[in-house]
Amino acid sequence: MPTNEEIYAKVQTTLVDALGVDEDEVTRAATLQGDLGAESIDFLDIVFRLERNFGIKIPRGELFPENLMADPEWVSDGKLTAKGLAELKSRLPFADLSKFEADPDLERIGDLYTVDMLVHYVQSKLAA
Amino acid sequence: MRWIWIDKLLVFRSGEFARAIKNLTLAEEHLHDHFPGYPVMPASLIIEGLAQTGGILVGEAGGFTEKVVLAKIPRAEFFGVACAGDQLIYEVTLKDLRSEGAVVEAKAFLNGELLADVEIVFAHLDNSRANQIFGPKNFVFTQQLLGVLDLAKARERAREAATSAEPDPESNGLPHQPASSA
Repeated sequence: MPTNEEIYAKVQTTLVDALGVDEDEVTRAATLQGDLGAESIDFLDIVFRLERNFGIKIPRGELFPENLMADPEWVSDGKLTAKGLAELKSRLPFADLSKFEADPDLERIGDLYTVDMLVHYVQSKLAA
Repeated sequence: MRWIWIDKLLVFRSGEFARAIKNLTLAEEHLHDHFPGYPVMPASLIIEGLAQTGGILVGEAGGFTEKVVLAKIPRAEFFGVACAGDQLIYEVTLKDLRSEGAVVEAKAFLNGELLADVEIVFAHLDNSRANQIFGPKNFVFTQQLLGVLDLAKARERAREAATSAEPDPESNGLPHQPASSA
């Protein structure tokens, strides 16, 4: 089982290849969309590369869920409701929601996808 | 103009590999503009040919039920140019296939030398949404494009009928020809 630091180094390489960014841009706190410029189609590329580089299987929708906010009970006035937050937690158990919970604005959901979140996700898959 | 940038499939191993030919001729209008007096095949059209070869490979692996679209080219390197009169060989290997899409390694060769090395990511258009926008018809795999695969299959059947010899296991149902054959 690789260490957290080894996983981070491999995730860095993965994102450098997938997004054409420099390695020093891929800090643990960097967000995939905001800081590294990832677009929706890049998520598919990232999934392919993580599977190859780590030898893991990523089921569809597990890392990048689809229709996350499909249920009207989960969103109110552009923010997640308590039900919505609970749903998000269950779908993304590897994400750090502590800051997001204070202001669960829908537009900030993308910020949950940080490099460190990918490291946690891979770590949880390798440990399973 | 017909938007088909391969001339013939030489090898087709379902779900694995395809090799195609693209002959470049001065009958192609664009070669007169790119460039006047120096007819160079545009790199973008070489990528399109590789993507069509890869698209057929990916589509066939899914029984042509998906609308396979070129989503991303993470990497493309070119090591030379191809001109009118040249014959390009495209080799595409399916690296990954999943319900959302696929990734292929694609290479173009000129006279046995590597001319281009490209990675291509394909996405399967979400069927429910794509059907709302485009209708149920599969606009990616038109009969024109699939005709290339049909022709290769027909040639293979004719070859099998003409000979009682065991088919070449390398060809997996399609004829295998050396890269140098014109």
